[in-house]
Amino acid sequence: MLELRGISKTFGSEQAIPLMNLTIAAGATTVLIGTSGCGKSTLLRLMIGLIQPDAGTVFFEGTPLTQESALFLRHRMGYVIQDGGLFPHLTARENIELMARHLRWEDKRIASRLSELIELTHFPSDGLGRYPVQLSGGQQQRVSLMRALMLDPHVLLLDEPLGALDPMVRSDLQTELKAIFDTLKKTVVLVTHDMGEAGFFGDLIILFREGTIVQQGTFEELVNVPVDPFVTQFVNAQRSPLTATGGTSQ
Amino acid sequence: MRPAIVTGLVFAVFSYNSTAIALDAEPITVGSKSFTESVVLGELVSHLVRNADATAIHKRGMGGTQVLWNALKNGDIDIYPEYTGTIAQEILSGQHIESMEDIHQAIADHGLRMTRPLGFNNTYAIGMKKSHADVLGIRTISDLRSHPDLRFGFSNEFMDRGDGWPSLKATYSLPHKDVNGLEHDLAYRGIDGGSIDAIDLYMTDADIPYYDLRVLQDDLSHFPAYHAVLLYRDDLEHQSPEIVTVFKLLEGHVSTAEMRQMNVDVKIEQQSETRVAAEFLQRKLGLSVVYREETMADRIVRTTREHLILVSISLFAAILIALPLGIIAARRPVMGQAILGTVGIIQTIPALALLVFMIPLLGIGVPAAIAALFLYSLLPIVRNTYTGLHDISPPMRESAEALGLPAGVRLRKVELPLASRSILAGIKTSAVINVGFATLGAFIAAGGYGESILTGIRLDNMSLILQGAIPAAVLALLVQGFFELLERVAVPKGLRLAR
Ligand SMILES: Nc1ncnc2c1ncn2[C@@H]1O[C@H](COP(=O)(O)OP(=O)(O)O)[C@@H](O)[C@H]1O
Ligand SMILES: [Mg+2]
Repeated sequence: MLELRGISKTFGSEQAIPLMNLTIAAGATTVLIGTSGCGKSTLLRLMIGLIQPDAGTVFFEGTPLTQESALFLRHRMGYVIQDGGLFPHLTARENIELMARHLRWEDKRIASRLSELIELTHFPSDGLGRYPVQLSGGQQQRVSLMRALMLDPHVLLLDEPLGALDPMVRSDLQTELKAIFDTLKKTVVLVTHDMGEAGFFGDLIILFREGTIVQQGTFEELVNVPVDPFVTQFVNAQRSPLTATGGTSQ
Repeated sequence: MRPAIVTGLVFAVFSYNSTAIALDAEPITVGSKSFTESVVLGELVSHLVRNADATAIHKRGMGGTQVLWNALKNGDIDIYPEYTGTIAQEILSGQHIESMEDIHQAIADHGLRMTRPLGFNNTYAIGMKKSHADVLGIRTISDLRSHPDLRFGFSNEFMDRGDGWPSLKATYSLPHKDVNGLEHDLAYRGIDGGSIDAIDLYMTDADIPYYDLRVLQDDLSHFPAYHAVLLYRDDLEHQSPEIVTVFKLLEGHVSTAEMRQMNVDVKIEQQSETRVAAEFLQRKLGLSVVYREETMADRIVRTTREHLILVSISLFAAILIALPLGIIAARRPVMGQAILGTVGIIQTIPALALLVFMIPLLGIGVPAAIAALFLYSLLPIVRNTYTGLHDISPPMRESAEALGLPAGVRLRKVELPLASRSILAGIKTSAVINVGFATLGAFIAAGGYGESILTGIRLDNMSLILQGAIPAAVLALLVQGFFELLERVAVPKGLRLAR
């Protein structure tokens, strides 16, 4: 589905990704986890071609992702960021329909796709005419998800999609999001720094440190068979009541 | 942004304009310098031309000698009043002009001609309060020699000129020590208040009778002659000889006293140049001239139209150019610095200087003023477009790109709308600056509210100044209001809610 071969990326003097080989399995949810600044967002940006690697190639469904190819390959990818990234000058509906209109879908097709998405995300349909500022954080993320899903992409890339929400909303949305993933059976790559969330979503969890993979496996494997003391340290730190309330950190 | 609205405005103004000036055959364009006497002479010529059933356009108070001379050579105007002294000393300086014949020959090389003198000699002179001169028994400049304590206040120009104070002092061996350069109007006040005893003046100054001055006789013939003449183009002689005959009626018919009186009628009695010139022709040549004086309403309507043309065309052009420049500046950092630097430098040029720079390129008048206004309007729009685009948050930019929208669509559908508030604010700033700056257009005969202001200053007529200043202020406020309304339409609702 997504394959990163010999990828490296440096920002100025800072090596964000030293060398990365990674394959994202189709139809499963892969969670990228690690401390803030370890390169998770950078990796996601590389996967959708928002930035180009210094070396190596990203393959999406077998096609190398270049600046040119990214433009249409993205039609098969959905991308959701922490604050939703909704365009404030467009209503929820306009945000969701933007790409389909650009691709000149027929009105009927747009309408039927939209009603599917509303049902899927449990978004109140009277909220479609609202502008992002008129929506709650949770609603904004639902709209953002609908926008990402509009073209029925093959892969969904989510960068801490619940990171900005308060705990109650967050836990509700976690459950719903999980249900949506289970319904869609799409390939999902989800970035989080919360071990609980990783365990909840992830078929596979990949733990990073400073742009390098420390361990990949199921939640149980990471807890029970850590390959490195850092893994245990990370898992325990997340469980500690002192830091568990820490919430977001960017 | 609604280009359609602006286009509509421009066209509305244009069509109004074109119906207003419905011209017959070749009109005769008369020019005049920016002082009363020249405008009166221009009106005399215009009346005569119209009396011969031709169309005359009088470009009043276009500027100084160089402006008029170049306009005549370029054919922007067909005729204007000039002085032989000015031709010899200023226009043809360095060509050893000794006689009228020399002038005729020298200007013939430029395709120009000159009438015989109109009669008066508006040379420099020295004046004193009549009462004061009587007490001291002074009638001639030579008489000053025996009163070395007299205080002189001369215009700065007179202090510098070849025929001014230094040579006058030498010619008459004047011993005076208390000699100061100052503004001409201040000199009149000074002599009236008694702080100055003698000043320089022109023979036909309206202030001579007003302040009751005596013009001292130039007994050693120091000052060169400044006979008033009309300079006109050769083509006029060939194409419309009957017109030339008509304005030559003025030759030898305007005496110093008559010219001075006409200046008094305009400057002191506050009559229009049009009326004063017409009444002179009636009295002197028995011509009954049909004329229509411009009423206050006429003038406000006309100057408003002229002002709107200057502002709307220059602003519209500035938007067309500045918007892409701002976009390029935001997209390409290196070129962006060059663009912002260049338009920034243009902005540092003083407004009046910028207008003057346009003259060699575009001549006098509306196009030059529009070009200067256009350049002046660029910076706020370029800068605000740049800032508006530059300040879009990275996640927003990223989201648009991640959707798979091509760059052009991103710009149109996302980035420009997000920057719209900033861009519109830039256009508003330009428009308001533009309305004010356009008043300076009158300095290069582009009309508009500035014309009323400048004429008012020339005639010391506060009402006229206000007829320019008040509409200019009102227009600035209207423009401001218009853009605030436009903001409600052009800035997307979602952004207005977010504020
Ligand atoms: N555009 C950029 N320019 C410079 N440095 C960057 C840029 N993007 C990311 N980085 C750096 O790369 C490292 C990884 O960043 P990021 O991928 O955002 O981490 P994470 O998402 O895991 O918190 C950080 O040290 C960050 O400062
Ligand atoms: Mg991140």
